[in-house]
Amino acid sequence: MAADTGSYIKHHLTNWQVSVGDSAFMTLNVDTLGWSIFLGLVFLLTFRSVAKKATTGVPGKFQCAIEMIVGFVDSSVKETFHGKNKLIAPLALTIFVWVLLMNAMDWVPVDLIPFIAQAIGGVMGVDPSHVYIKSVPTTDLNMTFALSLGVFFLVIYYSIKIKGFSGFIKELTLHPFNHWAFIPVNFILETVTLLARPLSLALRLFGNLYAGELIFILIATIGLAQLPVHFMWAAFHLLIIPLQAFIFMMLTIVYLSLAHEDH
Amino acid sequence: MNVNLTLVGELIAFVVFVIFCMKFVWPPIIAAIEDRQKTIADGLAASERAAKDLELAQDKAKAQLKEAKAQAAEIVDAAKKRETQMIEEAAGKAQAEREKIIASGQAEIESERNRAREELRSQVAVLAVAGAEKILERSIDAAAHSEILDKLVAEL
Repeated sequence: MAADTGSYIKHHLTNWQVSVGDSAFMTLNVDTLGWSIFLGLVFLLTFRSVAKKATTGVPGKFQCAIEMIVGFVDSSVKETFHGKNKLIAPLALTIFVWVLLMNAMDWVPVDLIPFIAQAIGGVMGVDPSHVYIKSVPTTDLNMTFALSLGVFFLVIYYSIKIKGFSGFIKELTLHPFNHWAFIPVNFILETVTLLARPLSLALRLFGNLYAGELIFILIATIGLAQLPVHFMWAAFHLLIIPLQAFIFMMLTIVYLSLAHEDH
Repeated sequence: MNVNLTLVGELIAFVVFVIFCMKFVWPPIIAAIEDRQKTIADGLAASERAAKDLELAQDKAKAQLKEAKAQAAEIVDAAKKRETQMIEEAAGKAQAEREKIIASGQAEIESERNRAREELRSQVAVLAVAGAEKILERSIDAAAHSEILDKLVAEL
C-alpha cells in the first residue's frame, strides 16, 4: 500500500517528457506545453472574439464580463504605473488571465485527465503506467520561469531604454550607498535584488501551485474520506488560484514601473 | 521537474501571446470601454443641461402666463369702463332726444293751439255777429261795426 501510494504520487508528479536531443536539457514537457498553449489560445480566442464584436453601445452580457476583467487589469495598471507604455497593460492582462486559467486546472480532479490519457494510451498500445500527464502547467518550473524570465528581460530592456546603459550601471553600482568605495558592495546588493525578482516571482507561483497539487494528490489517496476534504481544499483554492494570478500580474506591473523610474 | 527546453518553448509562447494580445485584443476592447465611458459622460452632461433648460423654460412660461393674465385683466377692465361709458353716452343721447322730441311736441301743440285760437277768434267774430243779428233781428253793418268787433276779437 505504501509503495503503491508512493508510486501513485510520483506518477502524478511526473511530466510527459519527449527527448529531442542528446543532453538532458533537450527535453520537452509535452503536457506543460500542450496545456499551457491550449489555455493561452482559449484566453486569446475568447477575448479576440469579444474584441472583434465589441460595440461602444449597449454591451452584451459576455462582453460585459470580458470588459470587467479588462477594466480590472487596466485600473490595476493605472494605479501603479504612471508612465506611457502600450505594452504593460496587455502584458498584465495576458499574465493574469493565462496564469488564472493554468492555475484553474488545479480544480480538475487529479485523476480525471491522467485517467483519460491512460485510456487513450491503452487504446494506442502504450503501457498505461508509462503515460504521464500533469495538467497544471504552473506546477512546472519551466512554465513559471518562462513567465518570470520574460518579465525579467522586459525589466532589463526598459531599465536600459529609460535610464540609458550608464544609468542602469549606475543604479547597480551607486545604490544604495552613493560612494565609490561601496561600488562592489552596492553591485552585489543590487544584483541580488535584481535577480531575486524573477526568482521569487517564478518560485512563488510554482511553490503555491505545486504544493496545492501535491495536497490534492495526497487527499486522493485517503479513500472515501477524501470527498469532504477534497471539497474543502478545492474551496480553499478559490482563494489561492486567483490570488496567485493577481500577485504575479501585480508584481510584474510593479517591477516594470520601477524600471521606468529614474532615480 | 528539472529545467529543460520546455522553458524556451514557453518563453516563445509567452512572447507570441503577449504580442497577439497587444495587437489584437487589448486595443479594441479598451477603445470600446473608453468610448462608452465618454458616451455615457456626454449623455449625463446633456441630460443635466436639458434639465436646466427645462427649468428655465418653465420659469419663462410661468412669467409669460402671469403677464398674459395681467393683460387680460387690464383688457377686461378697459372693456368694462368702455361699457359704462357707452351706456352713459347712450343714456345722455336718449335724454337729449327725449327732450328734443318733447320740445318739438310742445312747440307743435303750441302752434296748433295758436292756430285753433286764431280760427276760433275769427269764428267767434262771425258767431258774435250772427248772435247779435239774431238778437237785434236786424242786420248789422259789418263794415260799420268792424272796429268794435275787431276790438272784441282782440280781447278773446
